[in-house]
Amino acid sequence: MENRIKRLFAEKQGGLLSVYFTAGYPNLNDTVPIILELEKNGVDLIEVGMPFSDPLADGPTIQQSSEIAIRNGMTIPMLFEQLQDIRQHTQIPLVLMGYLNPVMQYGVERFCQKCREVGIDGIILPDLPLADYVREYKHIFEEHNLSKVFLITPQTPEQRIREIDTHTNGFVYMVSSASTTGSTNGKAVANTDYFQRVGKMELRNPAMIGFGIHNNDTFSQACQHAKGAIIGSAFIKAVAQEGSLQENIHSFIQSIRTTA
Amino acid sequence: MKYSVDENGFYGKFGGAYVPEMLYPNVEELRQNYLKIMQEPDFQEELQGLLKDYVGRPTPLYYAKRLSEKYHTKIYLKREDLNHTGAHKINNTMGQILLAKRLGKKRIIAETGAGQHGVATATVCALMGLECIVYMGEVDIERQAPNVARMKMLGATVVPATSGSRTLKDATNEAIRDWINNPEDTYYIIGSVVGPHPYPDMVARFQAVISEEMMTQLQEKEGRDYPDYVVACVGGGSNAAGAFYHYLDRSEVKLVAVEAAGLGVDSGESAATSVLGKEGIIHGSRTLLMQTEDGQVTEPYSISAGLDYPGVGPLHAHLHQSKRAVFESITDEEALQAVLELTRLEGIIPALESAHALAALGRIGAKPEDVVVVNLSGRGDKDLTTYLNRFHFDGE
Ligand SMILES: Cc1ncc(COP(=O)(O)O)c(C=O)c1O
Repeated sequence: MENRIKRLFAEKQGGLLSVYFTAGYPNLNDTVPIILELEKNGVDLIEVGMPFSDPLADGPTIQQSSEIAIRNGMTIPMLFEQLQDIRQHTQIPLVLMGYLNPVMQYGVERFCQKCREVGIDGIILPDLPLADYVREYKHIFEEHNLSKVFLITPQTPEQRIREIDTHTNGFVYMVSSASTTGSTNGKAVANTDYFQRVGKMELRNPAMIGFGIHNNDTFSQACQHAKGAIIGSAFIKAVAQEGSLQENIHSFIQSIRTTA
Repeated sequence: MKYSVDENGFYGKFGGAYVPEMLYPNVEELRQNYLKIMQEPDFQEELQGLLKDYVGRPTPLYYAKRLSEKYHTKIYLKREDLNHTGAHKINNTMGQILLAKRLGKKRIIAETGAGQHGVATATVCALMGLECIVYMGEVDIERQAPNVARMKMLGATVVPATSGSRTLKDATNEAIRDWINNPEDTYYIIGSVVGPHPYPDMVARFQAVISEEMMTQLQEKEGRDYPDYVVACVGGGSNAAGAFYHYLDRSEVKLVAVEAAGLGVDSGESAATSVLGKEGIIHGSRTLLMQTEDGQVTEPYSISAGLDYPGVGPLHAHLHQSKRAVFESITDEEALQAVLELTRLEGIIPALESAHALAALGRIGAKPEDVVVVNLSGRGDKDLTTYLNRFHFDGE
């Protein structure tokens, strides 16, 4: 079966919206309803966060959603159970994102097998070093038709970006500025030099911009420099508001897609 | 050297640099430069000068006569408590601040548990005129108040870590997040032999001065440059790494690493990583780690803020797994008894952390003719409130 991420980028030219949320938040069983609502509202790609107790690269919003999700009982086996029949309901590309330790404890090979079984298309593990991936795990990911997405930052040297591009398939995750997730310090789309520098490199993979994208303004600007953008913390804040998931998700995605 | 780090940053299967890409350039810059800079003659000259005249090294190796009589063996105390700022931590911060200066960094961040590393960092920052931000768990801010006051007096900003167990692990998370947000001008002075490579090796090298001095001092006092036992407490493991360093490949020296059992290893309130931990990734390093079946890091507990950490440096994970070191665990209660014992037998009030090492003396099986060195990693000033509340001396 063709990888859904590859198909998405082949079919759509730009303006892609990817949403990250923490599985098991706000409630344990919200995972599947959130995925289906996001699809209904025209989101292009979904990153399902596997909560970790010590999320080093995350700001307060994702730290808190992770803490609550873990308290709610979210685990990797639980997530796979929830996603068991997901492909009977949607064909939206799904990426699992999390930290290496819980995946290691589950077993990397078993994890990849299970991903294929339920229909996951890609994996992001920010603290899995590129060298370790290439040496130990790449063949397993490829065998299970999983895209492995790596991050680059404004500080990543050109040669390393090339190396990452070589071993990535799916897309390159361009971290917008030097920051943890959820920062709204305005730096997110300010670094146009960096976006242009990477743009000129003409990478094999399409790029998506993430970290600090939180409204229509930052989303549209990011889309000028990449195939699309990724929203995490702002979405998590939105789903936690009072009101139904449906309404919260609908009005949030509307607010991103329409110019203020 | 069987126990030194390999070119990829591993001790056996432990170590490495499991950091998100945001930290890669920083960690890489350090990896490429630390040995080169440390070997420069002017670096060594500056460091050795400061260790001697500012820190007060060499620290004494003191023959503890009454303690020896009690345990029927020959006990020496390596007096790291007599360093400026009151613990071994400054051996490392002095080295790293000189490195940070040579890398052109302007802003220094650190994590701290007991506050000793925070104080040692704030001290060298004051000395060098650099900005200093220290992350400290809310729980530790409360139980180590004197050190918080010292850091502030020294001009550091103390930022409370309010997530998770609000102790050392969470302070470390916050420091790492700060580094991610400030990759260019900031240098992260880690306080123990933990974190991504090259930190564990670098910190061990800066602490190695402890065993280097022991060799000379034992030669003078015992006519041989090694003891039969070296005993040290292990939080992340920096004072132990320093005390073991030059003896790692000398099998005639038994190495004893002492962890905090908290209320007891089976109580659910413990920080005895070698007993309760499994292989995993914490703070950028593959090591032994207390965690749930699902790979979530467990909140540790110890009365001693400096040992209240769910992991252990990768060197120690390797020493444990290869059985090169013996690991013991000591409860809160046993440590407190050891505090009082040393105070009344030798007139030395030890830090709670160091008291864990002392409390293991009855367990190591040393014979009367054996030479035992206990690394007395710090003094007890910071723990006086805990001691007074616990012991209720006359008139209290
Ligand atoms: C006096 C003292 N000893 C020991 C430790 C534990 O650290 P490490 O295991 O790195 O030596 C600390 C940490 O705060 C300390 O203050």
